[in-house]
Amino acid sequence: MADIGEKAQKNPRVPMPEQDPKVRARNFLEVPTGYTMKMAQEEASRCLQCKKPGCVSGCPVGVDIPGFIDLIAQGDMSGAIRNLWRKNSLPAVCGRVCPQEIQCEGQCIVGKKGQPVAIGNLERFCADYEREHGTGELPPKQPATGKKVAVVGSGPSGLTVAGDLIVKGHDVTIFEAFHKPGGVLVYGIPEFRLPKSIVAQEVNFLARLGVKVECNAVVGRTVSLDELFAEGYEAIYVGVGAGLPKFMNLPGENLVGILSANEYLTRANLMKAYQYPDVDTPIPHGKNVVVLGAGNVAMDSARTAMRLGAETVKIVYRRSREEMPARAAEIHHAEEEGIEMCLLTNPTRYLGNDKGRLTGMECLRMELGEPDSSGRRRPIPIKGSEYQIDCDLCIVAVGSGANPLLTSETSDMQLNKWGYIITDPQTGKTTKKGVWAGGDIVTGAATVILAMGAGRQAADSIHNYLTLGW
Amino acid sequence: MFKIVRRQEMSGGTVILNEIEAPLIAKKARPGQFVILKANEDGERIPLTMADTDPAKGTITIIYMVVGKSTALFRDLQVGDSYQDVIGPLGKATHLEKVGKVICVGGGTGVAVLHPITRALKEIGNDVTCIIGARTKDLLILEDEMRRASHDLRVCTDDGSYGHHGFVTQVMQEILDAGGVKLVVAIGPVPMMKAVSNITKNYEVPTMVSLNPIMVDGTGMCGGCRVTIGGETKFACVDGPEFDGHKVDYDELILRLRAYQEEERESHDHYCRIRDAR
Repeated sequence: MADIGEKAQKNPRVPMPEQDPKVRARNFLEVPTGYTMKMAQEEASRCLQCKKPGCVSGCPVGVDIPGFIDLIAQGDMSGAIRNLWRKNSLPAVCGRVCPQEIQCEGQCIVGKKGQPVAIGNLERFCADYEREHGTGELPPKQPATGKKVAVVGSGPSGLTVAGDLIVKGHDVTIFEAFHKPGGVLVYGIPEFRLPKSIVAQEVNFLARLGVKVECNAVVGRTVSLDELFAEGYEAIYVGVGAGLPKFMNLPGENLVGILSANEYLTRANLMKAYQYPDVDTPIPHGKNVVVLGAGNVAMDSARTAMRLGAETVKIVYRRSREEMPARAAEIHHAEEEGIEMCLLTNPTRYLGNDKGRLTGMECLRMELGEPDSSGRRRPIPIKGSEYQIDCDLCIVAVGSGANPLLTSETSDMQLNKWGYIITDPQTGKTTKKGVWAGGDIVTGAATVILAMGAGRQAADSIHNYLTLGW
Repeated sequence: MFKIVRRQEMSGGTVILNEIEAPLIAKKARPGQFVILKANEDGERIPLTMADTDPAKGTITIIYMVVGKSTALFRDLQVGDSYQDVIGPLGKATHLEKVGKVICVGGGTGVAVLHPITRALKEIGNDVTCIIGARTKDLLILEDEMRRASHDLRVCTDDGSYGHHGFVTQVMQEILDAGGVKLVVAIGPVPMMKAVSNITKNYEVPTMVSLNPIMVDGTGMCGGCRVTIGGETKFACVDGPEFDGHKVDYDELILRLRAYQEEERESHDHYCRIRDAR
């Protein structure tokens, strides 16, 4: 082990080139600009090619990480992307948004003594290389089975299911409630972290394989699950996401200037409101912005506010830095861009003027007590520590609940007490025959890769059902 | 794409009717539900409650007032042109029940929203009196349609140019005084719905209003359309758009509807400059 440690320290990871923080804090271009071939090969050479690779066990979809990295080292980029595609249909997305530090890279032996191999950066490089230099050759498809499958929702899990089933020969149609496919990848994750052209390309790839995409189709309203069965669909996958914003339930929450992160990011990303008035959807431009919460969505909101010209942007979070749920890279990028972290701080009420507009909020300082049910130390208010923060825009990014639009119209599908769909953990089968579910509408708000893992599992089960039976 | 098959200008061109091909929505829609429309790629998503549907023909009808850039873009669309996106039917349908004597009160383009609800209330056997109003005679819409949809139609104009000289609330109060009214449905500008609700509260007559807050997705995802109903926050897109008129916080709704006033002015001016330059 001493050997590995020495090697790791002498051989640091190839840094990802990035836009300068001062410049990028005011534009919407992607922050990391990507490895060159030389950088990628140098980074790939740091991989020890472990016999029992920890990284693979840390990956929710079990990508053959040493395998694709070895192919990069050999310069076989076509082989590398094909290796990745075997387990992951959205590598350009995952390379950018996976929390690698707690998954693959968190298990990397090189990382025990130094910095782990930059698996995410390499995955991204493969996908970008294929997009820019690849032949565009489609994977082989099995002969048509004549079985129709409906996929409800075009986020990461729906896209995975569609991609898996189309190559197995099934006739797949995706139903998307918004006017554009991609789900959270287009309405939630900002352009500077995941360019929309990349998502469009991934969807286009599926379309070229034969997947049909019906936008503006609100399943549960425009059409019900039973009507889809009546139209000849034999299996349905429900991957509609969580999609119900949580608020803090504090006095003054309906003042103008308080938005859910869902609304703020949807305006900025899907509706491209940062180009207003060249596009028609407005977005509030805060001078002093507060974001409540400390997950990835909070970081995305804060960094978007900065790019829209805010003078100050504060993250207000009731726990400490250690408990912040965002990816390490997002917190790092946010701080580099000038976003302040107001930790151990909890808002108690919003303050407004006679026009019903937000002018500030009252907060309490907190200290950490004993661990709570989540295993994290419980924040306890410090008596008499109230103070005010001036702000004219507040983005509430404290999580999502289960959106009942589809589930409330499907009485024969069981839900848990929070409204999430109950599924068999091995297969994704719901209690309604012929219906599978996965992603955030089953687990509650989680990550892109976990949703994709659930999609992969369900796709296998749907294929078995269509060929063998329920 | 959703093609416009019929277009009609009303109220001196300030109000437009579009009948749009949307067979899936036409088949499913019930009175009180709304759609979201988007004119083109960079357009804004605009929620509008349907004024009519024709399931056999596969069309829906919307009626809107031209107030800003987005509705100005809608106005430019002619028969044969298409909306890029139409999403629906959204929101809960009107709770329709035979209760007896009903008053339907409509103001401005709210009359359009009121139309299918009035007709449905009549069809299931209610005795429906309808009161519609506008600032002046030329701004009045759907008079003939509302006459057919109800048993008795009263018309009011603020300036006395037609029908009763005064507000819809005055005529409503006279009917309420006569007694026996079991339900009031009021749809129109927020101040009108507020005034109607304040009066009917005194008469203890259940009152239903249809709200039109700012929204983005219309599926409960953004929470932009939050309204306070009896002290509780509700999402108009999924919990509404219809609510108990006696419980709505109208003052908050009025303030929230002004959220983008400055931006809208900027956008409309920007649009007019570009259009005039062409």
